[in-house]
Amino acid sequence: MQSPLIPNLSDQEISAIDNEIAHAPCRAAVAIDALKIVQSHRGWVSDASLQAIARHLHMSAAELDGIATFYNLIFRRPVGEQVILLCNSITCWIKGASQIQQQISARLHIGLGETSADNQYTLLPVTCLGACDRAPVMLVGEQLHTHLDDAALELIFRSREEAEE
Amino acid sequence: MSLDRPLTRNVRPDRTPTDLAAYEANGGYQGLRRALGKLVPAECLQIIKDSNLRGRGGAGFPTGMKWSFVPMENASPGHKYLVCNADEMEPGTFKDRLLLECDPHQLIEGMILAAYTIQADIAYIFIRAEYHLAAQLLREAIAACNAKGYLGENILGSDYSLTMHVHTSAGRYICGEETALINSLEGKRATPRAKPPFPQVSGLWGRPTIVNNVETLCNIPHIIERGADWFQALGLTADAGTKMYGVSGRVKNPGCWELPMGTPIREILMEYAGGMEDGYQLRGFLPGGGSTDFLTPEHLDLAMDYDTIGKAGSRMGTGTMIILDDKTCPVGFVTNLMEFFARESCGFCTPCRDGLPWSAQVLNDIEQGRGLPEDLHTLARQVTFIGAIGNTHCALAPGAMEPLASGLKYFREDFERHISGGHCPWCDGGVN
Ligand SMILES: Cc1cc2nc3c(=O)[nH]c(=O)nc-3n(C[C@H](O)[C@H](O)[C@H](O)COP(=O)(O)O)c2cc1C
Ligand code: SF4
Repeated sequence: MQSPLIPNLSDQEISAIDNEIAHAPCRAAVAIDALKIVQSHRGWVSDASLQAIARHLHMSAAELDGIATFYNLIFRRPVGEQVILLCNSITCWIKGASQIQQQISARLHIGLGETSADNQYTLLPVTCLGACDRAPVMLVGEQLHTHLDDAALELIFRSREEAEE
Repeated sequence: MSLDRPLTRNVRPDRTPTDLAAYEANGGYQGLRRALGKLVPAECLQIIKDSNLRGRGGAGFPTGMKWSFVPMENASPGHKYLVCNADEMEPGTFKDRLLLECDPHQLIEGMILAAYTIQADIAYIFIRAEYHLAAQLLREAIAACNAKGYLGENILGSDYSLTMHVHTSAGRYICGEETALINSLEGKRATPRAKPPFPQVSGLWGRPTIVNNVETLCNIPHIIERGADWFQALGLTADAGTKMYGVSGRVKNPGCWELPMGTPIREILMEYAGGMEDGYQLRGFLPGGGSTDFLTPEHLDLAMDYDTIGKAGSRMGTGTMIILDDKTCPVGFVTNLMEFFARESCGFCTPCRDGLPWSAQVLNDIEQGRGLPEDLHTLARQVTFIGAIGNTHCALAPGAMEPLASGLKYFREDFERHISGGHCPWCDGGVN
C-alpha cells in the first residue's frame, strides 16, 4: 500500500534506477546507484526521497538510511547549487590547503560543511583527490581545479559570478 | 637507450585520451586476439605466473598466484567476477588516474584478458565518485568495445562472453579495501569482510571474485602479447616489469613516471622530480602513499621495489612518494594523516574507530603546544596495540600507524621540542 506521505519518484528517476536493477541480482543491490540517481535530480536525498527509494527497492527506509549515511557523497542535508570538494589530504596540506580553505571561507562566508547564504556553494573537505602532482586542488561540481592560489581562486569565483550575471 | 614504457606508450603530454582507433593503431587488442585465438585460460595463467607480476594496489601480492585460487572446475556453476579497483584514494597517490584518463582501452583489454583467464562472465570497474572524466571515458570505451565485438557475446568469434559495467562509488576511502569494495558493489555499507573465505573463492554475491588494481590490470595485455621473459627483463632488480612511480610535495617537478621496477629512489627524486624546490631541504619521505613508514635521506640509494623497501622498514605501497621538507612540521604532517585515517575509519572495530581519533587528538594537542611528556608514551602504546596486524578487522588501522611509528623514530626530537617549548616551532615561524 502506498502511503500518501511518501512522494513518488519521477519517471526519469524510476527508469534510471530500473536500468540498474536490470543487471543486478536483487533490487537492494542498486541501493547506492539509486541514491545517486535521485540525488543527481534533486541535489540531495531528503527523508521523503529516502522513503520513496526504499519503497521502490523493497527495503526498509532505516536500512537504506544506514547505507546513505555511510557514504560521504550521499547528501542527507540540502547542499548549494555547487558542491566544492576541497582536498585537505597530505600533499595539498603541505602545499597550503589550509590557507586555500581560509580564502574560500572568507570569500563565501562559510566554513567546512556549510552552505552560502545565496545557496550557491557548499564547502566540504574530501579525501585525497589523486592529483597530488598539481596540489593544492579542489573539485567544484565535476570540474577539477589545480595549482590553487589566491589568483587562481579569484579567477575561478569571478568567472563563475560573471557566468551567472 | 630508450626505455621500454609499455603502460604509458599511449599517454600524451597533454593527457588527451587515446580512443579505440588510436589504441588499435598502436597495437592495441593484439594481446586479446592472441589469447582468444591461441591460448587456453590455463596457458594465460601460466604466463602471468611466470611473469612474476605483483599487485600494484599496495600489497604486492603475486597476481598469478591470486588468480590460481579461483576454482576452475565446473563443480559450482554460476557467475564468476572480475573487479577492477579504481578507487584510488590513498593519500599522495595519483597514478591510476593517469592510466584511466589517458588510455582507458589498455585497462579494458587487461580486464578482458584477466576475466578470460579466470573464466569470469561479469566484470566491474569500481571507480571513485570524483573521477568524473575517467568514468565517462570508460563508459564510452566499453560501448565502443561492445560495438566492435571485443566485449559481449562470443568475443572475436570465440565461445567466450563477457559483460562489463562501470560502478561509480559514493565516497569513503575504505571502499578501496577489496572486501569492503565487494560489500559496496552489493549496495551495502562498505565494511570489510572477515577472511577467510577469500574473495577468490567467495566474493561478490558469494561467488569467486578477483579484485585487482588498475595498474596491475594494465600490465596484462603487454605480458600476454610479449611474454613473461620480456616482462621480467624490464625490472632492474628481482621484481619484474615497470612501475608507475610518483613524487609529490616540495619538489621542482612533481609528477608520475613509468620507470623500470627497482629504479633507485635518488634517480626518481633528482632526475624525474627535479630535486627539491629552491630553499627546501629533504627531511624524509613516505615511499608509497600515506600508510607507509617514513624513510630518510640515508635511504636515497635504495632501489624502489617491494623487497628492498620492505627490508628498509617501510613498504613500497603504491609507489607514489610524499616528500617531507624542512619547512613542514613533521608533527603536523603525521597529524594530517592521522586525522585522515580517523575520519575514514569505517567504524566496524573498536581499536580503529576509537583508537585513531584518540591518536589524532593526542597528536593535535602536541602540534598545538598542549602536549605532555607522557603523550609520547601514549602514542607508542597506540602504535603497539593498534598497529599490530590482527588486532583490527582490516589493514586500515595498522596502515594508519605506519607514519606515526616511523615519525616517532626519525623525528622524535621534533615531537619533544613541541612538548618542551609548548608550541610548534614551524607554525610560529609563520611557514605552516
Ligand atoms: C584501507 C585500504 C584501502 C585500499 N585502497 C585501495 C585502492 O584505492 N586501490 C587499490 O587498488 N587497492 C587498494 N587497497 C588494496 C586492496 O585491498 C587490494 O589489495 C588490491 O586492490 C588488490 O589488487 P592488486 O593485487 O592488483 O594489488 C586498499 C587496502 C586497504 C586496506
Ligand atoms: S580497522 Fe578500521 S576500517 Fe578496518 S574494519 Fe576496523 S574500523 Fe573498519
